[in-house]
Amino acid sequence: MLAEAISENRAKSDFWQGVRLSMPVVVASAPFALLFGAIAVDNGFSVLEAFLMSAMVFGGASQMVGIELFGQHVAPWLIVLSIFAVNFRHVLYSAGIGRRIAHWPLVQQAVGYFILTDPQFAVAERKAEAGETVGFAWYMGLGLPVYVFWVTESALGAVFGKLIPDTHALGIDFLLPIYFLGLVMSFRKRPLWLPVVVASAVASIIAYKTVGSPWHVSIGAVAGVLLAVILPPHHSGVEARP
Amino acid sequence: MSTTLWIIIAGAIATYLTRIGGHLVISRFENIHPRVEAGLNAVPAAVLTTLVAPAALGAGPAEWAALIVAGLVSLRGGLMAMFLAGAAVLVLARQFAG
Repeated sequence: MLAEAISENRAKSDFWQGVRLSMPVVVASAPFALLFGAIAVDNGFSVLEAFLMSAMVFGGASQMVGIELFGQHVAPWLIVLSIFAVNFRHVLYSAGIGRRIAHWPLVQQAVGYFILTDPQFAVAERKAEAGETVGFAWYMGLGLPVYVFWVTESALGAVFGKLIPDTHALGIDFLLPIYFLGLVMSFRKRPLWLPVVVASAVASIIAYKTVGSPWHVSIGAVAGVLLAVILPPHHSGVEARP
Repeated sequence: MSTTLWIIIAGAIATYLTRIGGHLVISRFENIHPRVEAGLNAVPAAVLTTLVAPAALGAGPAEWAALIVAGLVSLRGGLMAMFLAGAAVLVLARQFAG
């Protein structure tokens, strides 16, 4: 009984620790959720459809791309392919995070992968890097507020979209790059951090100018990861681990 | 069912496949080679950089100022302090630089 009560308390505090860490993500994603809802309705979605897309896809950039193409009456399969292309980076996330959450029951893992977004991956990976266990309660504390706010704000944006004032003056279009820079910086203690960042930056910029968006994300990511694979292992610090 | 709904469902399935696919592939291997592990460790910096670099290159003075300040704050402060400082600089700079 006592042990159960203790572990339940532990899960609760883990959950709230995750919630605290989710707050910057909730703030940073709020404008985009509202904007997505507004654009979705503008491009022919109903409020319910905007809500459903946020609830089921739960991937900001891919939803924006999908809705943009929908408004231009592009073939449905091409819209789905574009959503897939924008989200393709998540393949790398799931390969990475699998090492951290393999001890969860399967159903929990299935849920965990569903809410695996950029910040979710980065913050969970940072916790694992600090030598801490990534528990389900903590992970849900981190992800659930982001999900609930994202879905709710998408619907609000769809209903009240016309009321959003000048988004440029408010800096809304550039909040995510700032947030992602912070996440990049938080990994600066990792072996090979600087070479990987430089390789990915250069490759993604070249790909952005030549191949175009959204492929620059996958191409830039592969360049950085390949560099880490090719360089001798002792540079990466993997061998030093027990 | 409407075409829109089909697009949403197919897009959701495609997205979930990417979110579970990497794990399904990696978990088929008993041992992870050190080089693969080094590659996995590089994933966060590699992917997140691609979400910043082209956006930064295509931006202007207001955005650069915001990124520089956010980058400096992140050396000392937490994620939230970094984010708020960057956002504040961005909004202020855009009032003057457009």
